[in-house]
Amino acid sequence: MPTESSVRLGVRKTYKLYIGGAFPRSESGRSYVVSDPAGRFLANAARASRKDARDCVVAARKAFPGWSGRTPYNRGQVVYRVAEVLEDRREQFVDSVLSSEGGARKAAQATVSAAIDRLVWYAGWADKVAQVVGSTNAVAGPYFDFSVPEPTGVVAVVAPQRSSLLGLVSVLAPIITTGNTCVVMASTRRPLPAVNLAEVLATSDVPGGVVNLLTGDVAEVSPWLASHADVNAIDLTGVADPALARDLELAAADNLKRVLRASGVPVQAEGGLADDSAEGAEPDWAVDPGLARLTAFLETKTVWHPIGI
Amino acid sequence: MNGPVAAPAQTLPDEAASSPVALQRILKGLPGVDQVGCEARAAGLATRSIKAASKAWALDLAISMIDLTTLEGQDTPGKVRALCAKAVRPDPADPSCPRVAAICVYPDMVSSARTALGGSGVAVASVSTAFPSGRAALDIKLLDTRQAVEAGADEIDMVIDRGAFLAGDFTRVFDEIVAVKQACSRRSQDSPDAHLKVILETGELVTYDNVRRASWLAMLAGADFIKTSTGKVQPAATMPVTLTMLEAVRDFRDATGRQVGVKAAGGISTAKDAIRYLVMVNETVGDDWLDPAWFRFGASRLLNDLLMQRTRLATGHYSGPDYFTLD
Amino acid sequence: MAFEYAPAPESRAVVNLASSYGLFIDGEFVDGSGSSFKSVSPATEEVLAEISEASAADVDRAVAVARNAYSGVWSTMPGAERAKYLYRIARIIQERSRELAVLESLDNGKPIKESRDVDLPLVAAYFFYYAGWADKLPHAGYGADPQPLGVAAQIIPWNFPLLMLSWKIAPALACGNTVVLKPAETTSLTALLFAEICQQADLPPGVVNIVTGPGATGQHLVAHPDVDKIAFTGSTEVGKAIAREVAGTDKRITLELGGKAANIVFDDAPIDAAVEGIVNGIFFNQGHVCCAGSRLLVQESVYDDVLARLKRRMATLRLGDPLDKNTDVGAINSPEQLAKIHELSAVGDSEGAQRWSAPCELPDRGFWFPPTIFSGVSQAHRIAREEIFGPVLSILTFRTPAEAVEKANNTPFGLSAGVWTDKGSRILWMANALRAGVVWANTFNRFDPTSPFGGYKESGFGREGGRHGLEAYLAH
Repeated sequence: MPTESSVRLGVRKTYKLYIGGAFPRSESGRSYVVSDPAGRFLANAARASRKDARDCVVAARKAFPGWSGRTPYNRGQVVYRVAEVLEDRREQFVDSVLSSEGGARKAAQATVSAAIDRLVWYAGWADKVAQVVGSTNAVAGPYFDFSVPEPTGVVAVVAPQRSSLLGLVSVLAPIITTGNTCVVMASTRRPLPAVNLAEVLATSDVPGGVVNLLTGDVAEVSPWLASHADVNAIDLTGVADPALARDLELAAADNLKRVLRASGVPVQAEGGLADDSAEGAEPDWAVDPGLARLTAFLETKTVWHPIGI
Repeated sequence: MNGPVAAPAQTLPDEAASSPVALQRILKGLPGVDQVGCEARAAGLATRSIKAASKAWALDLAISMIDLTTLEGQDTPGKVRALCAKAVRPDPADPSCPRVAAICVYPDMVSSARTALGGSGVAVASVSTAFPSGRAALDIKLLDTRQAVEAGADEIDMVIDRGAFLAGDFTRVFDEIVAVKQACSRRSQDSPDAHLKVILETGELVTYDNVRRASWLAMLAGADFIKTSTGKVQPAATMPVTLTMLEAVRDFRDATGRQVGVKAAGGISTAKDAIRYLVMVNETVGDDWLDPAWFRFGASRLLNDLLMQRTRLATGHYSGPDYFTLD
Repeated sequence: MAFEYAPAPESRAVVNLASSYGLFIDGEFVDGSGSSFKSVSPATEEVLAEISEASAADVDRAVAVARNAYSGVWSTMPGAERAKYLYRIARIIQERSRELAVLESLDNGKPIKESRDVDLPLVAAYFFYYAGWADKLPHAGYGADPQPLGVAAQIIPWNFPLLMLSWKIAPALACGNTVVLKPAETTSLTALLFAEICQQADLPPGVVNIVTGPGATGQHLVAHPDVDKIAFTGSTEVGKAIAREVAGTDKRITLELGGKAANIVFDDAPIDAAVEGIVNGIFFNQGHVCCAGSRLLVQESVYDDVLARLKRRMATLRLGDPLDKNTDVGAINSPEQLAKIHELSAVGDSEGAQRWSAPCELPDRGFWFPPTIFSGVSQAHRIAREEIFGPVLSILTFRTPAEAVEKANNTPFGLSAGVWTDKGSRILWMANALRAGVVWANTFNRFDPTSPFGGYKESGFGREGGRHGLEAYLAH
């Protein structure tokens, strides 16, 4: 009897977009070839269009009242659940990181572990961030005065180009933990971990529309997000081209989006991709991220109330 | 016992009718309703677990409290006749099943319903006053009501003018209810006046404070029943809204001695929900209201779920929708 | 016909009770070297299990293994890894919550409705909350690199056995301390089931140790020279004894003690919610709550109305089998506590206050006391000053906000207070003026892991819960 592997043809997965909790193809019908660091074919990924980006913003806006209105405790539980499901599928992600980023298997395993732990770290922040950045204010008068952080709204994100899983999780988790919803442009050349992560999100109690994920060309799609009047903030972490970053920031100024600039330092690429230099600098995702990414997309609301009989 | 206390020479409804200022004072003097507390209390009541004989009793009581309703543009005499047959014998396979309290239809369907129901004991209720929006002149609303009454309606479900209420013109709402109440009269010794149910449309009043005020307003103006919703606006009946109205009828009886009924209408579609409402009635206003004369469900889908649960209790296994008539 | 609810008992089958239980030391259940005692169901007087009484030698061993675990494993483990143990424990508590709730109600006598819907969700939430702090301590505001204290001795009461365990163990472990915990003598069982959960979570041996026994076991634990921190929840009397015991040592202590909270109802209160709050304030958990609203202060202008509404509401309370899902008021935890409630109620009668009890039938077996109010109480009455710790409410009146504050503060206690009014500025004015650690406005008996809890004056010191709760377990 022949062994299974000798006769059985594998079933390949179609990698699609993730919009409003569903997995559609691009409305444009386009796709592009994704290769591993050695140039071997991995998959055809959907190449998102302007209209896909528009649909994402609609979905993210629709999800915002419900998600931001949940108790922080509940959001923490959901983000923790994402970590649990990711852990359950860690081998899939090790393979996916390995084929996308190259390098040693051990390094890919460490990357996946770090991504899971990062989700756990942010999950814990959900009901604590207000205790650290909120305050009661000792105003000089008979008023009770306090300040609380609130999510800013819909955040557009250009995810890191190199660190396709850990970098992605590191930018995504703080945004949704505090109650924002988002539209994420995945790494252009390494989009597969992002699509796999979308499948984890879809099965982890994250409501549809809280995270919307696009694959494709950053330069083509991100300007539409940067100029979209119903987007409240933009995270430029994954924008490698300084000229594009400046253009996006200029467009964002039209409705005064909060902008988180790409602030990476050059790091040694793990996989040795041929044109690494074109992908710009990235922060060191392995270190303690601190509070900067949590507070970047928070507003502070101050409330006054008289005190008297 | 709370809030407004009638002056010795004058009853509370008299005082309310005496001037717009008096009415404002009474309604604005009502104690507030804390949203969180009200919703927590309603949720607490929903956790009661009703079993066995108590459940069988509650299911039959719930069936007998239903105003079986059809309020669609596509209603026809045929549809109404079918519904009437269902109202009289909800479960053709089981004669022990109680009949419902009433059929609830549009005014032009009243005579069809009247004919179909005959002397079955099931009442005919008609919506009126330019249901569901109430956006018509007063004389049209009164004509609407009189025609339904003349066609044989036993009960009139009127809507209040929510616009006037939200604009603070309580007197306009009050006077309109008084006028409709008069239009419910048959001016005859032999046949009783139609009972007046006043629909608050709580989904448009939004706050529980408004629900409490509108409840008192309707009762002061002479409502026999206060009813949550038309069923055409979401949210319709909810546990906290109905709780607020139950507290109002309880306090109103304490203050005036007159008992007013409550009808929860719209959105109650399962036996489980219906039993929760009955538990709430039981624990907030008590036995006196656990009677079709004082508490009603306005519903269409609810009846079949009650029948299914009834069969489940009788046979010990779950039933399916194929075993119950559509209408 | 009246609407009579048939009994709806929660199944006991989810709980596997052993006939006897040992101590939990160094990750294992061991027989104690002392004698044993029985744990009884207060609703039926049925003996649930035989439990080891930890001797001095057992306590010494527990402290020693806790010290080893502290220096060998727990204090040096990265916070992120400690966090993951605590998250595991939180998840297992959620998974086994019905089992824990049934056991809690069996052993304590509290209604299953409360153990299921209040105690257990909170227990899991406290572990989740403090799990999240374990790797964020530098952000907590207690210095850049706060350090754990060492071995914590924790003694908890019988009113919320598992919840008090979570208030103690979760922050201690998050901060890197190890613990020796002594549950109350009458309610050890859920703590021992929690020990099993520690095993399921693969928590390193010695990090959590549970020693069961009477007051003497606790005394030995408190006096142990190798204990760095004492956290006690219980009576003010014992709290004072502990404060004396540690005088002159380096031991850090936090105490959560008794209370005699004023629940203050103004004439503009949302009246139905206020009545619910009064009922919840004093009859929740049979009034076995240190922060119970046991003194009702009603503005004189609405006194008659509030009293009538309160009585009507109390008449709907269902007292009986704690495992019945429809029970509102369960059993008194022990015959000793029941005797104390009877004694103080008799004092209320003899002092001239008017007693009224809800018309409910008391079961023949077990320890029961009907929901009861005393009206016509004045500040001088003992039932207005002493903690009854049972379903007994003393009702007083006031005329002005200042008088309400004066009366509310006129007590050696200062744990909690309630304010009911629709006027926001008055709530804040009252909150400023009340000498109490927790002020509830238009609500009562709310607890949340993010919210610090603890008393002023003789209600103890230190806070549990929230960011503030970390301070008690950190050197900084």
